[in-house]
Parts: sequence; C-alpha cells; structure tokens
Amino acid sequence: MTDIKQFLNELLSLPGLSAYEGPAREHIASAWKPLVDEMQVSPIGSLHALKKGYGSEPRPRILLAAHMDAIGLMVTGVTDGFLSFTEIGGIDPRLLPGLRVTVHAKRDLPGVIVMPRDALLPERKSETPVEMKYLFIDLGLSAAETAELVQIGDLVSFTQEPMELPNDIITGHSLDNRVSVAAVTVCLEELHNVQHTWDVWAVATAQEEETLGGGFTAPFAIRPDLAVAIDVTIAKGPGASDWRTFPLGKGVSLGIGSNVHPGFFKAVKEVADKLDIPVHNELMPRGSGTDALAMQIVADGITTLVIGIPLRYMHTPVEMVAMKDIQRAGHLLASFIATLPVDFMQNLKWDD
Amino acid sequence: MTAKTLSPVIDKEQIALLEQLSNACGILSDVGEVRKIVLEKIQPYCDSVKVDALGNILATRKAQQPGALRVMLAAHMDEVGFMVVESEEGGLFKLVTVGGIDVRYLPGKPVLVGKDHVPGVIGAKPIHLMKSDEMQTAMDLDGLRLDVGPDGGDKVKPGDHVYFATRFQQVGSSLVGKALDDRIGVVTLATLLQYAPANIELLAAFTTQEEIGLRGARVAAYGFDPDLAIVLDSTPAHDYPSYDGSENRYFNTRLDAGPAIYVADTGTISDPRLLQHLFRVAVENGIPYQIRQPGPGGTDAGSIHKQRSGIPSVSISVPGRYAHSPVMVSRLSDWRNSLTLVHTALTTLPQDILQRA
Repeated sequence: MTDIKQFLNELLSLPGLSAYEGPAREHIASAWKPLVDEMQVSPIGSLHALKKGYGSEPRPRILLAAHMDAIGLMVTGVTDGFLSFTEIGGIDPRLLPGLRVTVHAKRDLPGVIVMPRDALLPERKSETPVEMKYLFIDLGLSAAETAELVQIGDLVSFTQEPMELPNDIITGHSLDNRVSVAAVTVCLEELHNVQHTWDVWAVATAQEEETLGGGFTAPFAIRPDLAVAIDVTIAKGPGASDWRTFPLGKGVSLGIGSNVHPGFFKAVKEVADKLDIPVHNELMPRGSGTDALAMQIVADGITTLVIGIPLRYMHTPVEMVAMKDIQRAGHLLASFIATLPVDFMQNLKWDD
Repeated sequence: MTAKTLSPVIDKEQIALLEQLSNACGILSDVGEVRKIVLEKIQPYCDSVKVDALGNILATRKAQQPGALRVMLAAHMDEVGFMVVESEEGGLFKLVTVGGIDVRYLPGKPVLVGKDHVPGVIGAKPIHLMKSDEMQTAMDLDGLRLDVGPDGGDKVKPGDHVYFATRFQQVGSSLVGKALDDRIGVVTLATLLQYAPANIELLAAFTTQEEIGLRGARVAAYGFDPDLAIVLDSTPAHDYPSYDGSENRYFNTRLDAGPAIYVADTGTISDPRLLQHLFRVAVENGIPYQIRQPGPGGTDAGSIHKQRSGIPSVSISVPGRYAHSPVMVSRLSDWRNSLTLVHTALTTLPQDILQRA
C-alpha cells in the first residue's frame, strides 16, 4: 500500500517545472509501477500508465489526467552576482520577496528572492509592490562564482518544505496539482484488486500550466472513450468567497459547463450520491481552466469531465489542501470505474 | 576555565549556536526560548549572572587587575515579528507587526506561532480571482490572515507572537536566517564572555525590547553603571545594483567589507574617543572595517549613552542584506572580523581612554 501522504510529501519536494517534469515523473512512475500493467513517457514528457481492464477486447478506455508540472521561475539575467527572473506559470510578484528558491544551474543552488529598497528603484510611492523585473535572487555566492554557475534560462523552483497542519491539512508549494496525482494514485490503489471492465489510463500530464501540452497529446495517443481532468479548484478562504469557491475539506467539485458532458456528469454524480461523497457543482460559464479544455477537442472529440479538489491560496507557495478531499476524489473515481458497464458509451445521453 | 590569552574564533561551535538561536523565537520581552539557550551557554564562564525585571540577562566577568575599566557590551535577544490580535472562524487570525517589518514580505510565507511553534501560513488571494489592476496595489495587513488550518484554531490565541518559519542555513560563506538581527551579536557576546580579556571588567547585557523602544538596554545600563559601552548589532547592507545601473549611493553597508562601525545614526552620535581607538586597532592589526553610512536606524546605544550621567558608547554591527525579512543574509568573514575587532579593541583598551580630549 502506498502511504499517500508520504508519497505526496516526497513529490512536493521534487522539482518539475513545466517541460522539465523529470524528477516528479520518475517519482510518480515508481509509485505507479506496481499498480499498472505498462507505462510510457510521451514525446513531451507526460507519463502514460495503463491498468488493463478485465473485459474482452477491444475494451473501452477511460483516461484520468492530473498534471504534474509546477509553476516556478526562470533566470533572465545575471548582474554582479544577482539574478533577475521571469515566471513559469501565473505568479503574483507580490508573493515573492522573502522566499527561498532553488536555482537549477550547473548544480542546484539555494537562493533567496528579495526586493531592492525604494531608494534604488525608479521614483515611486513608497511601499508599493515591486514589479517582478526589479526583484532579484541572491545566491550568497560571489559575482564570479555566480557567473560561472548560472546562465540565462536556468529554472528556479520554490524550496519551502511542505508543512502539516492539524487534521491532515497539508500546506506548501506545488500542491497544484500534485494533490490530483495523489488522488489518481488513491484510485489505482483502490482498483488494484477490482475486476473492472474498462482499461484505465492514468496520466500525469506535462506542461498544463503553460500550454496544456499534456492535455492535448495524451488523449491523442490513448484515444479514450472517457477522459477526466483531475485538478485543484479554489477553496474558500481569505480573499476567496464567491460562487467560484468551495469549502476546504468538505468534498470535491464536479464541473458544469461546456467542457463537461452532462451524461458523464450525471453518472459520476449518481455514484457520489450513492456513496455519500460530498460533491459541489462547479460552474464553468466560459470553460474549464484545466486539461479538460484541451482533452475535449482532441482528434474527433472526447467525452470529458472535471473533478476539482478545493485548495486555498492557489499559485502561492503556501497552498493548502485537505487529505480528506484527495481521498474522496480517488475513491469517487475508483468507485465509478469499478461499476462502469461495458456499454456505457452506447447508453450515454446528451439529454434526459 | 579557558585560558584568558586565547583569541576567540567563529567556528563550527559558534555557527551551530547561531543556528540554534536564529531558529529560536523571541519578540520584545517574550524571549524565554532565546534566554534559556544563552544562559545555558554562558553560565560556565561568568562570575555572576542574573535576569532583571525586563528579562535582560546581565552577566559579568571580573578583571584580573585592580582599577580596570568597566565595559558594558550589549546585544539584543529580541527579533521582529507579529502578534495575533483577533480570532476569526476556522483557524484564521488577524495580525499586527511588531518591529519594523515591511508588510510586502508577508504574503505567501510559512510562519510559526507561539512557544510551541505551531505551523501556519500567511496566504494570499489566488491570481485566478484577481482583477487586472489588483497587482499594482500592495496587500495591506488588514487583508492578510494567519491561517493555521480549519481545525487548528484552538492552538492559537490573541496575544501569541508569530515568526517567519525560515530555518537557518549556511551557503558557502553566507549565513541565512530569520533572526540574524541580532542573534549574531548574541553569539559574538557569548563568545567574548568565554574569552574575556583580563584587563577589563566585562559587563555583558543580553537585552530585550530593542526592536521597539531600546527599553531593555536602558535599564541594563542603569544596573551595570559602566564606564563605557560597545553595542554589538546587525545592520542592513543594501549593496546591490541600482535598477538602471547607476552608482548605488544608498548601500548603508556592504557585505565582505568588514564590521560596520557607527559614527552617527538616528539615536546616537558615537563617542569620538572610542571611534578613534577602534579605527587605530583595525588599521594596526590589519582588520578590515567599514563605516556605516550615517543615517536612519539605531541600536541599543541610543538608550545606553543617555543613562545616568552619560555613558560613552559606540556600535559595531555585522552587515546583513534583507534585514527584517524572512531571509537575512550575512557573511562569515564580516562576523569573524567583528569578533576580532571587538576583542582586540578590548584587550588593547587604554586605561586613560576617557581622560583624552
């Protein structure tokens, strides 16, 4: 049995920025290996893992997609030993001063992000936010050492270790979307001794934060009948209270909107209700900001669904999630798959 | 007891003590955790140790000769941080800053709360919910919350102090920590007690309440009634490039340029006789030093020099970048040279220094 919390904590400590998912991918592969029948790494770095169904061939396929890439920074300049940088993924520059980072240079170098004092910046009102272009990373090394080790384009990961808060709440960076990778792992564990009919493709997608690259390419390679994007959604908390947000630790969300097939939604919702798994309707009036957006329009189109795990402080280094919701997402997926009839697609309806 | 002729050094033992002290937590007079570590360390080397009404540690080493000058050395134990002031539902709390912290350093940081170091975070609104111009405005304290998790609220209460959760780290010749200001001075002072010069009466004050009001030092100086005082502190270095490549004229101090000697700051004009002695000792012994740019800021000297009928005072700081942030950075070389400068200045202190014009 995989200890999910331990697996997640280890995964959170590994770098894996968009297009450089290697360290995260290897760790996921080693956790999934005993749970699946075959695994491939896609040409752009997604991990495709197949757990074969028990039905007769050709079997229908369901794809579970959780992106494994993390947001971070990239070096844009080296001046007198200080590094300037830009973002990989959407980052609020107001969060950065005072953070510890790892610069993936000729070797991994610890550094700190800091802001210059106002006297060394363009004329400005004091204590206004410092734009990203004026922030810098200090490695604590001499200018010569820094120039020797670092080059423009080097990646920068957040380094803060995850922390555990009471009642199985985890906080740290890159919980978006490593928690969904953990949820897929929970699902694979649960299916381990289950005679499910369908083939299950567990995929840790690459490059979601920048291009949805994995979301576009995994379904093309796999050609699933059903595809589920498992991603984080915004939990209620300071600064987040409107209709787009859901309580932390009180259940998962199911997307409603153009990227979600209503028949697929209904079937999963029925399973959740039967099992008393609390689910919230997540309204997506213009579309989903997840891999589902890409997966739905691959090849001749795919029937998709979005499951959301509520997370506080999204895209900050102190994202927060409840282990309970990770377990719920995994359990819901496994329970749905365990009861998926071979003729599900034939009976799938657009309208009631 | 250690031989008195030995020169003190900053080595593994001192760095380990700094690590322990930088990771420890203490604000204003709430410095019990720091005080306990310091007391344990210095007890074996002192002729007397007491904790006074403000929580200062007052420790002495007697001189080995009669009529020796009574020299007060001060380093403050308290650091900057926050206090929990209001409790809300679900493990959320309002904070105020204690000491000069730039609120722009808060969002997105892990923190520790109270004596038990309860973990928490200061979160921020997800970028996904922001309006386009929202990032132009700084997040103010009213909008930020301490979050210890939905089920963690009963471990925290208003009145608890909150600290950045940064753990100390040595990176090459750099030292990174949340509370180098002024635990670095505390370790220097503890080391000087261990290697006390025989020619002076050493009066060591590990002070409280420096960050607001210089209050601990005020009563410590009254209690000691010294002939003169040297304050060991930490001061900002802003020695990085200007945004447009122009000359940086506002550096305050620079890393790797030696101990920063204060001539004048907001609270003190340093005693010229003590200054001349420090400069002479540094030059004669080839100890690098720099003069801190006169200007805003201050140390315990601000309250010490005005105590009783007046106490000639000077301050010497280890420079550090990003003071009062979660990640202050100092250099080993500056720390070593600070210790050497102070120790040498004390062992060569002229008996008649205060009689000079």
